[in-house]
Amino acid sequence: MSGILDVSGLTVRFDTPAGTVHAVNDVSYSLADGETLGVVGESGSGKSVHVLAMLGLIARPPGRIAGGSVTFGGRDLLTLSEAELRDVRGGQIGFVFQDPMTSLNPVLTVGRQIAEPVIRHRGLSPRQAWQRAAELLDLVGIADPERRLRQYPHQFSGGMRQRVMIAIAVACNPKLLIADEPTTALDVTVQAQILGLVRDLKARMGMSVIWITHDMGVVAGLADTVQVMYGGRIVERGPVRAIFKDPRNAYTWGLLRALPDHGQRVQRRLHQIEGQPPDLYAPPKGDPFAPRNPFATPRCFEQIPPLVPAAGAVPGHLVAAWYDLPRLLAQRGDAR
Amino acid sequence: MSAAAASAGPILAVENLKRHYVTAGFLGRGKYTVKAVDGVSFAIGRGETFGLVGESGSGKSTTGRLVLRLEEPTSGRVRFEGEDISALPQSALKPVRRRMQIVFQDPYAALNPRMTVGNFVGEPLVVHGVAPDREDRMARVAALFRKVGLDPRFVDRYPHQFSGGQRQRVGIARAIALEPSLIVADEPITALDVSIQAQIINLFQDLQEQLGLAYLFIAHDLSMVRYLCHRLAVMWRGRIVELGPTEAIFEDPRHPYTKALLSSVPIPDPDRERNRQRLVFDPDTLRAAPDQPMVEVAAGHFVLA
Repeated sequence: MSGILDVSGLTVRFDTPAGTVHAVNDVSYSLADGETLGVVGESGSGKSVHVLAMLGLIARPPGRIAGGSVTFGGRDLLTLSEAELRDVRGGQIGFVFQDPMTSLNPVLTVGRQIAEPVIRHRGLSPRQAWQRAAELLDLVGIADPERRLRQYPHQFSGGMRQRVMIAIAVACNPKLLIADEPTTALDVTVQAQILGLVRDLKARMGMSVIWITHDMGVVAGLADTVQVMYGGRIVERGPVRAIFKDPRNAYTWGLLRALPDHGQRVQRRLHQIEGQPPDLYAPPKGDPFAPRNPFATPRCFEQIPPLVPAAGAVPGHLVAAWYDLPRLLAQRGDAR
Repeated sequence: MSAAAASAGPILAVENLKRHYVTAGFLGRGKYTVKAVDGVSFAIGRGETFGLVGESGSGKSTTGRLVLRLEEPTSGRVRFEGEDISALPQSALKPVRRRMQIVFQDPYAALNPRMTVGNFVGEPLVVHGVAPDREDRMARVAALFRKVGLDPRFVDRYPHQFSGGQRQRVGIARAIALEPSLIVADEPITALDVSIQAQIINLFQDLQEQLGLAYLFIAHDLSMVRYLCHRLAVMWRGRIVELGPTEAIFEDPRHPYTKALLSSVPIPDPDRERNRQRLVFDPDTLRAAPDQPMVEVAAGHFVLA
């Protein structure tokens, strides 16, 4: 399948005094036009690093792209010069990061920070760009845009700053919006507003979205496709309902089971995934989740499972596992 | 809560607690008062888990710090195990601190990077003269490590050699070293990965069963609060707007802010999440008078009307 973004065999390493960190390992996927991809994982899963690497935003050294390609708009992003990448970033690809305060320049007005990429990428005059900036603030739901444009980031609340970041990210009508934990630092009521805003913008602007998060609830509401990462690899990927209702990888299953059940308070013990995340300095030989996996087979410790279509699952549901999770769960008399 | 525990008085009683900050404007002009905590009252029973929830700026963390006397209240009282500790001089607080401990949000910031985790866990035993003998102390530390699910062979390691979840276990081991009766836990799982959060929540539950601990659990993650807490209070702008049994508040929220808060929590189920109706409320319509009492709408369920 070919889409607006094709990632193939992306592999990222960090060379540190303590050794080489195997941060991203052979990650491949495609993103369709207008698709929202939710990337789920915990710290060290490679979920953030892989998009930073795509955008040329990891420090090199210590970072290093050890292999792969990222095709966007007919070009391999990994082969572009820094100047060419700057044209792509903020132009065709917009991005939003977790902490809006550190992403905004505290000494420039918000208006200038929104107008700058429009002048740069769209060639608008400063006057037109200012006009466009006012429209964008209005678009992301900030009242009184003309006055707000003249203000500085510290005059905005956390949720309002993240709206500003989104305004900057979508200023040039990008084909792709990449958001890395954009609501994690926000209050839950503000998060709900931002999620609503992104859904609305997506419907109006028809862009594709990659949304990186650790929150399964956010993914459930936003994503068309969910991709679960662990130990720098994709361990499962599929349509959102399939991932939640019919998980095939034991890590995905464990993650969903570890959440308190909404809507009913049964005082059962929470399911816990035993052990600790893998050591990326010395990744295990086989499946990175094997040491924590109660269903692991001897083969899991020896060989890395490939990401392949899950047996008897809906089209597009891929899993990396040497075991047949539904069969094992049925044997245990267990179900999600 | 066991029957015996319920029959005794509350372990902690907070009465009309206030913390106001007077902030001066530019060059001292235009002074104004920030009411971070503005008349908060609640009580926690022995062996009970009491949740304090709210968003940033609600005053929930400040309330926790006032309870611990890490910050001085502007007015109001804190009774701990029947004793009014709000007027005690700092020097008289040492025996109180033995019985009331804290677990912080960021286990790494709370740990001393130059101290082995074994010494860190054993430090309160030295400070309070409980186990001055080193051998006795290290035996107690090893037992504490086992109790929180850490390998006692790790006592000589340093914090950077541990993962986030393990560091939080170290912080919990230190907190229970002096056998407290109350632990104030300020967002103890927020910084942890999802797969590790359940481990720590289960540990809190196990320790409560074994040691009869009461918790003041300060959090913004409502699904974990629902799972863990017996009762909870919802804070908004320095005041408690709703207080009651956890299930009563989740099933039948009465205050408009509580309704908005609960309806904003994403549900990890695509079908339910996509049908979730989010309630929005207008903060300006809610101006309870400063001395307005809460109304009991059902048994033990109070709302600031």
